[in-house]
Amino acid sequence: MNLKNKKKKDWRFHIAHKEAIIGVILVIINFIWWYGFAYGLGSKDVSEYHYIFGLPAWFFYSCVVGFIVMVVLVVFAVKAFFKDVPFDDEEEGSI
Amino acid sequence: MNWQVLIPLVLFLVIIFIAGLYASRHLTSSASFLQEYFLGSRQLGGFILAMTMIATYGSAGSFIGGPGAAYNIGLAWVLLAMSQVVTGYFVLMILGKKFAIMARKYNAITLIDFLKERYQSKWVSIIAAISIIVFLFSSMAAQWVGGARLIESVIGIPYITALMIFAASVLIYVIIGGFRAVAITDSIQGVVMLIGTIVLLVATIIAGGGIDGIVQTLRNENPNLLTPYGNDHSLTPLYISSFWILVGVGVVGLPQVAVRAMSYKNARAMHRAIIIGTIVVGMIMLGMHLIGVFARAVVPGIEIGDKVMPTVALKVLPGWLAGIVLAAPMAAIMSTVDSLLILVSSAVVKDLYISYVNPSASENNVKWTSFIVTAVVGVSVFALAIHPPNLLIWLNLYAFGGLESVFIWPIVLGLYWEKGNKFGALSSMLVGMTSYMIFDKFHPNFLGMNTVVFPIILSFLCYVAVSLATKPVIAEMD
Repeated sequence: MNLKNKKKKDWRFHIAHKEAIIGVILVIINFIWWYGFAYGLGSKDVSEYHYIFGLPAWFFYSCVVGFIVMVVLVVFAVKAFFKDVPFDDEEEGSI
Repeated sequence: MNWQVLIPLVLFLVIIFIAGLYASRHLTSSASFLQEYFLGSRQLGGFILAMTMIATYGSAGSFIGGPGAAYNIGLAWVLLAMSQVVTGYFVLMILGKKFAIMARKYNAITLIDFLKERYQSKWVSIIAAISIIVFLFSSMAAQWVGGARLIESVIGIPYITALMIFAASVLIYVIIGGFRAVAITDSIQGVVMLIGTIVLLVATIIAGGGIDGIVQTLRNENPNLLTPYGNDHSLTPLYISSFWILVGVGVVGLPQVAVRAMSYKNARAMHRAIIIGTIVVGMIMLGMHLIGVFARAVVPGIEIGDKVMPTVALKVLPGWLAGIVLAAPMAAIMSTVDSLLILVSSAVVKDLYISYVNPSASENNVKWTSFIVTAVVGVSVFALAIHPPNLLIWLNLYAFGGLESVFIWPIVLGLYWEKGNKFGALSSMLVGMTSYMIFDKFHPNFLGMNTVVFPIILSFLCYVAVSLATKPVIAEMD
């Protein structure tokens, strides 16, 4: 292992750590959305429920829209922030 | 015997079998037998990676137990199931590049190889191997029972015969093809799972007279089915949220999932897999569990939860199409069992046999040992499944929680916290495992949360406290 090699790895780990943090942030957003709509709208009496496309509004926003929102956020995060890095330390020939 | 249903199912088995055979050809052309047999030579592309992760994770629980629970509990169970969308992106983002780079650096083939190199400890690897073998063995048996019961109830052949057909079809391609066969068949199985879910959801909605009509029927029967609190209003927000740990973020600690984060070709494959994985896992989980809820309006009065999915498929679809749709739970079960089988085999061969019994084994010796161990493990699980225990979903979740408590911190903190050492890892694994068993026996759902929560907290505290208290063994991380 030479010094140059070490520097290269630091560079890759920096990116890896950043991407792991993005993962944690996405989970927090996901949870807040999921929990907020489910219990924010779902805690009233069933007789007061609103319905969207036939589904109770809490469920529609929490589970259906929430899922779509997460897909959009994940695609955005990957396209905007995730970087292509080599995994092998050096080209070691074919494995 | 139901021929219309049987023909598509048999066709499905044949296709899987051919795919497995095709994959086995790589074994002869590959430079390293172990790399190829247990890790597919780290060559998975984005689509296959996404599919094998979902298919491995999506099991009898998602396709049989889950819809059954949703049938009885209502939309609250779909809410709970949606915490699994997280698995689509979180596992790959957290383990992600760091794990891929470290695994290559350590030349690790199994998860245990990684732990052994990271902690430089024999005991860490031995305890890890034992946990994998014990927990995944019972998990495999549960899956197999689910598969055989499904064939029994759908096609009307005796349980034992169903079990044999099922076991034989999985065992052969895993034994001869290894990890690559598992990953390739997983992809086909994942596609079948997705298509089956969509077809059945649409057919169930049509049969129930539209979502409006179905929801109306459910409200008339029991309004609680439409609330996030469950049919008897007993599920608290805290309880449902605690499943985010068991089936959401905690999945990072499942060895069968984590090992896949060592297997991909390059960063682009990982990026694609994150996107595909999130979309597919969300659609399957939302669809399958909604089917369970809607089925209550279409086929009321089903007593056994596990029969909901097959019953509704046979009821709302023509025979041949039901056969195709019922290939989905079969696919889910096969794709989980095959992954567990190759993982247990790798723990026995690579982590016990080569490490401690016969370190100087020749390539040929290793090859035959691998084939034989895989076969013996598979056949023993088959034997265990002959007299099956009840309540599939809980058995399945039992292995889940136990493994997560053992592995999550040694993996995650091992990657990201340089001060973590072997004493921390060892104590956190032991505390994770024993506290999980104690909580499960004496205080399941302690303080109103899923059993897994406290063992995971305890093992975290243990890892950090013991690592800080003992002499730091600085990991070679950069």
